[in-house]
Amino acid sequence: MADLVLKDVEKAYGEVKVLKDINLDIKTGELIVFVGPSGCGKSTLLRMIAGLEKISGGEFSIDGVRMNDVPPAQRGIAMVFQSYALYPHMTVRENMSFALRIAKKSQAEIDKAVDKAAKILQLTPYLDRLPKALSGGQRQRVAIGRSIVRDPKVYLFDEPLSNLDAALRVATRIEIAQLKEAMPQSTMVYVTHDQVEAMTLASRIVVLAGGGIAQVGSPLELYERPQNEFVAQFIGSPSMNLMAGEITGTGAKTTVRLANGGMAVSAVPTNAADKGLPVNIGVRPEDLVEAAGKSPAEAIFTGEVEITEALGEVTLLYFRRQGEAAQVVAKLPGIRPELRRRTVSLGADPKKVHLFANGTSLLYR
Amino acid sequence: MHPALQAFVVILVGVGGCVGYFYASNLVLDKILFPARGPHAGRNINRASAIRPWLFLFPALALLCLYLAYPVFATAWLSLHGRSGQFVGGANYIAMFGEPKFAESLKNNMLWLVVVPAASTAFGLLAAQLTDRIKWGNIAKSLIFMPMAISFVGASVIFKLIYDARDAEVAQIGLLNALWLKFDGGPGSFLFLKLLPFLLVIAFVVLAVALAGYAAQAVAQTRKDFNGRLLAGGIVFALLVVLYAIWGAVGSLWGLVMWAPPFGQPQNWLQLPFWNNFFLMAVLVWIQTGFAMVILSAALRGVPEDTIEAAIIDGANPFQIFFKIKVPQIMGTIVVVWTTITITVLKVFDIVLAMTNGQWETQVLANYMYDKLFRSLDWGMGSASAMIIMLLVTPILVWNVWNVRKEMK
Ligand SMILES: Nc1ncnc2c1ncn2[C@@H]1O[C@H](COP(=O)(O)OP(=O)(O)O)[C@@H](O)[C@H]1O
Ligand SMILES: [Mg+2]
Repeated sequence: MADLVLKDVEKAYGEVKVLKDINLDIKTGELIVFVGPSGCGKSTLLRMIAGLEKISGGEFSIDGVRMNDVPPAQRGIAMVFQSYALYPHMTVRENMSFALRIAKKSQAEIDKAVDKAAKILQLTPYLDRLPKALSGGQRQRVAIGRSIVRDPKVYLFDEPLSNLDAALRVATRIEIAQLKEAMPQSTMVYVTHDQVEAMTLASRIVVLAGGGIAQVGSPLELYERPQNEFVAQFIGSPSMNLMAGEITGTGAKTTVRLANGGMAVSAVPTNAADKGLPVNIGVRPEDLVEAAGKSPAEAIFTGEVEITEALGEVTLLYFRRQGEAAQVVAKLPGIRPELRRRTVSLGADPKKVHLFANGTSLLYR
Repeated sequence: MHPALQAFVVILVGVGGCVGYFYASNLVLDKILFPARGPHAGRNINRASAIRPWLFLFPALALLCLYLAYPVFATAWLSLHGRSGQFVGGANYIAMFGEPKFAESLKNNMLWLVVVPAASTAFGLLAAQLTDRIKWGNIAKSLIFMPMAISFVGASVIFKLIYDARDAEVAQIGLLNALWLKFDGGPGSFLFLKLLPFLLVIAFVVLAVALAGYAAQAVAQTRKDFNGRLLAGGIVFALLVVLYAIWGAVGSLWGLVMWAPPFGQPQNWLQLPFWNNFFLMAVLVWIQTGFAMVILSAALRGVPEDTIEAAIIDGANPFQIFFKIKVPQIMGTIVVVWTTITITVLKVFDIVLAMTNGQWETQVLANYMYDKLFRSLDWGMGSASAMIIMLLVTPILVWNVWNVRKEMK
């Protein structure tokens, strides 16, 4: 029961605007993930929602109530910090019950809430331990438990998994997904710089870049129909190949003559006026296929494989750079180390070829 | 020889002596005692490196023994001897415990021991917290820290001027009397001299009782497995302390009500029995607050910011954040500061000597010892009182070192 609305929100530290024109509509029960490169303002935005950071401009409301000047504790939010932020001098039970004790709840109520949360998170045997006697994963669960106990409308997570080792990260990620499943009515906002976490957890992803929102959409929407080059390259690993060219044929399908001498056909429709428009085509490494029979002028890219990385299920091909252009990477199915030092031609399904003019996708004109 | 030249030679000889000692002793060790040659080269190298640390430690150890350990035993031995050098056993101690001046010193020392560390630590913590976030906080901190640079005697002189009294007819040069003469028995006097102290005493009692109750509750909650009899004993003890505090407070409240302040008469503050102790303590509190503030300020900075933010989100107000989140996290440092000041207090001497020399019931142990040793030239009694001071300091010192080491882990 919590809709979050951000309207023209901005944040400035003195003269420097770190965030501007943030417009976002978060519906009850969504799990929204903020992703973006380090330093792009994800934590700042989350902390403004939490109330730990003042909102410099615009308006933020929960369920239609303006929250700009409401103190954090009265916003109905709970936050899980990257470094857990457990109170080191309190036992797990005291940590989890602190908010309730501050709110002067009855002892019976507190015990009930703590025991329930401890059970969900399998923390019952550790309730009387101090945080320093817990492992990293357990500490993170206590931090989550501290939030659950308060039964907030909105959960905020700031990179909750980045201090855990790889295996634990996957396990805890699944736990968070299960937690969300168990509480369909609660809204969650989750900050991460890890796109795998974003893709697996989110109902919608907000990509932040350069102080603003680059795109908002479901994980697959971002993957299949990125609005701009930044999102296209940020989502997916290895990132999308971009190649410069010029539109030569328009219509339901668009033909692009590429600067590297190749040619690409995209399913993105264009009109006659676009002829001669300088564009970048974008093809994900996994969408590139061997174009065995084609001449270099018909293929999207032809080049010498410099390095191969065989991962078993797929093989990554890194091509020798041609002049100023960015390195091209292809991901071919199977084990193909024999392609090293060979010249390979690549093509792609027109539906998988994206078109960007001035950094923005031609799909969204 | 010219004094400057003399100093130069001394420095040369001192430093040269040190270098010479280390060089020569290592040479002897490596070349003569355990040479790294011959059939036992490996074994010799191991032995040499086992002995080498002791070569470096030896001068310090020797000097410590000469100047610290030996005097302790010599003093203990002297304390068993009479004025003319004859052995008297424990007679000095018995005589000392019978002396009213010694009882007074002991009592005053206890008073100092409670008030000065508590007040310095509390003020230091307050100053550290209040100066933490403001722009001119660093200037305020420097000003509060400044008294640390003043010697105890210098500070005493400053405060002696503050407490100075002149005849009522002439202008007062003492700040305290100048203020005092402003009171004339009107409503302002009632407000500041009756109502305010009254409320302060009540607030103090309430705070003390609440603290005791809170501590008892915390102990009972967290240590469920606590030894029952010990717990009961502790509770009885706490109850007694609280009762004593209330009794004392009621007494002082009654005194306050009955008190007819001598308006218009300059007071010789240092000659008011009992209260003059507090005027002396003010000097040490003034100095030690800066020390406490600097250490506690660093400790407060070390409290992780996100635990504070988590508490804000959990709904804690600034007081709760301070007392339930910050203070518990720096408790170790508070204890270290407290015990460190305690040790300074037990040795307090210069302030009393410079301000009252123990007259008007302000005597403390260290000044009592000085009196016996260097004024009465009674080496036996003086040494006995020195032993008493050492006995009082030692447990606190041990506890302090233990706490410091725990903090450093
Ligand atoms: N207190 C501050 N004063 C000035 N600049 C800040 C402050 N806090 C953060 N910033 C800047 O705001 C930007 C966003 O920071 P942050 O939200 O922490 O990024 P991230 O996306 O990595 O979480 C960064 O460029 C950072 O330098
Ligand atoms: Mg961050």
